[in-house]
Amino acid sequence: MKKKVLLDKKAVDRTITRITHEILEKNEGSEALSLIGIRTRGVYLANRIQEKIRNVEGTSLPFGVLDITLYRDDISKLKWPEVKKTEIPFDVNNMTVILVDDVLHTGRTIRAAIDAIIDLGRPKKIQLAVLVDRGDRELPIHPDYAGIVCPVNENEEVLVRMSEIDGKEEVVIVKT
Amino acid sequence: MNWKRKDLLDIRDLSKEEMLFILDTAESFKDISKREIKKVPTLRGKTVITLFYEPSTRTRTSFEIAAKRLSADTINISANTSSATKGESLKDTARNLESMRPDAIVIRHSMPGAPHMLARILDSSIINGGDGSHEHPTQALLDLFTIREKKGRTDGLKIVMVGDIAHSRVARSNIFSLKNFGNEVICCGPPTMIPPHIETLGVHVEYDLEKAVRNADVIMMLRIQKERGGTKYIPSTKEYSTLYGLTKKHVDRAADDVIVMHPGPMNRGIEIMDEVADGPSSVILDQVENGVAVRMAILYLLIGGEP
Repeated sequence: MKKKVLLDKKAVDRTITRITHEILEKNEGSEALSLIGIRTRGVYLANRIQEKIRNVEGTSLPFGVLDITLYRDDISKLKWPEVKKTEIPFDVNNMTVILVDDVLHTGRTIRAAIDAIIDLGRPKKIQLAVLVDRGDRELPIHPDYAGIVCPVNENEEVLVRMSEIDGKEEVVIVKT
Repeated sequence: MNWKRKDLLDIRDLSKEEMLFILDTAESFKDISKREIKKVPTLRGKTVITLFYEPSTRTRTSFEIAAKRLSADTINISANTSSATKGESLKDTARNLESMRPDAIVIRHSMPGAPHMLARILDSSIINGGDGSHEHPTQALLDLFTIREKKGRTDGLKIVMVGDIAHSRVARSNIFSLKNFGNEVICCGPPTMIPPHIETLGVHVEYDLEKAVRNADVIMMLRIQKERGGTKYIPSTKEYSTLYGLTKKHVDRAADDVIVMHPGPMNRGIEIMDEVADGPSSVILDQVENGVAVRMAILYLLIGGEP
């Protein structure tokens, strides 16, 4: 399998640092901000952002984990969709929620995530942060913060590897 | 894990792995019932029929709520308001219902094996909501879920079942699941209510309730099955209550953190005293709450993905 490295470990870290600062800049600080990571790798990314905001602002943002399986629009076509827990231990009402995912592609995951969050309450705003925007949207969805924008062919896949579960850290393109 | 079943008919043919998978899936569903908007769009456009030939409050309501919280449409049919009273056979009723294209049918029937027969002739997913004195698999799964939630494990526990073991589908399903996980199961009740050779299922029999409950981690009370002629097997409910009614004294003999379960409906003052039913060891209402989550998980696994 041929692969092309888009970001190595250091570059991943630098990119997350930049996204973090953009979030703080756009929202003028961290007040009423919260982070929700989309399972699986969005959770680790959101974790990193939370850590970096703690270093910069000295505050620990409310943090949630979202599993979108129950909101998917293709659920009846999946073979055995496994549901994992959604854990959002704070009140999303009137919050600015930063939704975090690793790769933005068709936008369908984000549509499902927005629906899931709105079933929990009425946030003031939802903003979207992704590490990679690979283009090719099927819904009118656009990221507020994108680590890298990289149009990828249909027969290629963008893989984000995070040290917490993959043992190494990089963003690569592989041919499928 | 790959879930491949179309139907949920009995606990006996479920593996430990499958049971744990249902429990884990149910964990994800439990929180939905605690939210302000108690609904997810997962089973939108699916139809669930509950077909009950025996009375029920809990099981039917629980299935209906579970289906509705997943956005499925539900239709309830009771035998006494359906064409069954005009003499239509179960097979014909089922085939007619299937022509309306439901995705799942939950059936409760007094004949053991009725759900299995439907599963053979219908393409819809069939869920056994209790078949005679054979099995009640969703009850055993919600009991297992409650035990895991309260005890933190599903194995190595001392579990006492008290009452009419012979006529109880809840007892049978629970024996299969709890023995599969390697628990010590003790059946306790008057000799007329303990089926002969029950030891072959790996359980012990103890006729004296005071001895049976000693150091028990879980006490599962069963109801006298009046509709299955249960009162024929005892001289009087008064005597039964004296010998097998669960009191605080029994609970005190059990393990400090014992939990008391009952599948409902309770005959208060007969098999269980108020002081126990409403006492700190009782998890009876937790069982009901967990029933919704477990049934959501089952509906989701059976009709959620591609058939």
